[in-house]
Amino acid sequence: MLTFEIAKTHLLSKPKQTLVAMMGVTFGIGMFIAMVSLMTGLNNFTEELTMTSTPDIRIFNDITRERLSLAEEWNPEGINQVHHQKPKNETAKLRNAFQIASDIRTNPMVLGAAPQLSSQVFYNYGPVQLNGMIAGVDIMEEDKLFDLRAKIKSGRLEDLLSTPDGLIMGSGLARKLNVQVGDRVVITTPQGFTMSLRIVGVFQMGLGAIDNIKSYANISTVQNIMQKDRSYITEINIKLKDTHQAKPLAQEMEKVYGYRAEDWETANATMLTGVVVRNIMTYSVSITLLIVAGFGIYNILNMTIYNKMKDIAILKATGFASNDVREIFLIQSLVIGFLGSLLGLMVGFGLSYLISLAPFDGGEFISITQLPVNFSPTYYIIGIIFGVSTTAIAGYMPARKAGKIDPIEILRGV
Amino acid sequence: MKTVLKTHKINKYFYEPERFQVLKGIDLSVQKGEFLSLVGKSGCGKSTLMYVLSTMDTDYEGDLEINETRLTGKKQNELAKFRNEHIGFIFQFHFLLPEFTALQNVMLPAMKLGKYSKAEVEERAYEKLRILGMHDQALKASSKLSGGQQQRVAIARALINDPTVIMGDEPTGNLDSYNTQVVFDILKQLTREFGQTIIAVTHDDEFAANTDRIVEMSDGSILS
Ligand SMILES: Nc1ncnc2c1ncn2[C@@H]1O[C@H](COP(=O)(O)OP(=O)(O)OP(=O)(O)O)[C@@H](O)[C@H]1O
Ligand SMILES: [Mg+2]
Repeated sequence: MLTFEIAKTHLLSKPKQTLVAMMGVTFGIGMFIAMVSLMTGLNNFTEELTMTSTPDIRIFNDITRERLSLAEEWNPEGINQVHHQKPKNETAKLRNAFQIASDIRTNPMVLGAAPQLSSQVFYNYGPVQLNGMIAGVDIMEEDKLFDLRAKIKSGRLEDLLSTPDGLIMGSGLARKLNVQVGDRVVITTPQGFTMSLRIVGVFQMGLGAIDNIKSYANISTVQNIMQKDRSYITEINIKLKDTHQAKPLAQEMEKVYGYRAEDWETANATMLTGVVVRNIMTYSVSITLLIVAGFGIYNILNMTIYNKMKDIAILKATGFASNDVREIFLIQSLVIGFLGSLLGLMVGFGLSYLISLAPFDGGEFISITQLPVNFSPTYYIIGIIFGVSTTAIAGYMPARKAGKIDPIEILRGV
Repeated sequence: MKTVLKTHKINKYFYEPERFQVLKGIDLSVQKGEFLSLVGKSGCGKSTLMYVLSTMDTDYEGDLEINETRLTGKKQNELAKFRNEHIGFIFQFHFLLPEFTALQNVMLPAMKLGKYSKAEVEERAYEKLRILGMHDQALKASSKLSGGQQQRVAIARALINDPTVIMGDEPTGNLDSYNTQVVFDILKQLTREFGQTIIAVTHDDEFAANTDRIVEMSDGSILS
């Protein structure tokens, strides 16, 4: 194509200028790729972690839920004012929990349903009391839901079944208490009940929020601690085959069983907001960088066109149409955009790779040694589309101006 | 004799700084193979007329016809195409594209025309450069040629599409007397050997005297 040849000659005759324009795009796209790779890597990582440690649906008795006051029940039509209404004195107990659980398991969309109960406890460490919680679970069902077996650091899952006063403790908690498998630990409930339990295993989910406070015990153990009867269960955790079915299914369960059924999206709303905020940040920074690069191209192209007025006049005088002239300059900006973006993708990949190699300590919150980086090709495609379209827009205005140049004005002016 | 270019009552006005008629009822017809020179005092409107004739300026009244095609009122894109095929323009200041070689400069209008393959265009470009004695400089960057050499390349470029008419606005205005003679001889030879039609604005009386016809302008009108 002739216009392409001319554009190429123009670009090659000023290699330094071309390179500078390209570097602007390269920088913008490179930063975009590096940022988006890290941000989405982090997002996916935390989302996955949270997903593996929270149930898709949790059924529980929401005793703090708003309810009608007696006055409103008696006088539904009237104007009632009830101040500082307290929750009804009822326990968080789920009636028929085991029956509900086995009923839920018959649903083909459900992977597993684990009834459990949990209590706040203090772990005694000499004179120090560490705040935490203890969950009474059917450990085998729990394993089906959260793949606990893979998260056991020491000890054995099965040992809990054969040890009535056994305990599987979060790794962060075990470290703080300075205990190992085989050691005994004394726990106290807020009601003052004290019990000595034996550690049969240590697990690590990778999330500080869990590993630092949680232990698993048998259902009966926790019922004992809480001094409740054998049917006392406070929640049923459910995992689905398809996570995205959680919302509608939760609504359905809420209707059927009359208890609150919370899906994971509602439970993890804060985390999901974090994801959105990070995405907004990534894209706004990248777009800003690209706009700056776009202005660079706009300027350089404007300057080029100003310097090439005479050439444009000659081209037009010898029979090139406005379209041809516009094309010549548009091609230049597209080539700059395309090559710059391509180089940017490489720079971005290099940066992301370096980031993924750098050692990183997740500290208390997440147990990682390196930053999680996402190398999904989607963002590379978005990057090149971004880069090329920005330069196309930035190049279009000067190119159009070039096409509109009136050759006589210039020929006369010399 | 075939009429190649014909104008009918061309008027043109400039509105800046005030309304002023530059061209007054220009009636002109040019025959095929004619070497015509356009003379007149500075500021009488020669360049302005040339821009109208070359179809680059469309802001005029009257009619312009080249090669039996009425060009008045045509769209810019059509005119560009017409210029490409039928008009070779030689500027006073040789005007080559500096990034391109002499050969490429000559080839560009032909590549735009797209009538011949690239190899054929190259061959034709060499041929035109040879007519002007510039074939041995073909691969030099055009910015590295002397003024006279550049002017000859510009003439080769004007010839490349075998145009109906070649127009020059002081094509030798920037050359020394030797190169003026060289260029004049070439133009003359083109009219004689190839039946080329040429319209050239000139201030050089000797140049004008040796052309086939002198058209004198004064104050926007044609005298003779
Ligand atoms: N763009 C313009 N706007 C207003 N007036 C113009 C413009 N261009 C030219 N003129 C005027 O029109 C008249 C004719 O100009 P033109 O350039 O055609 O003269 P010319 O015969 O070519 O002169 P020269 O021999 O010096 O080249 C002059 O008086 C000039 O001042
Ligand atoms: Mg003039």
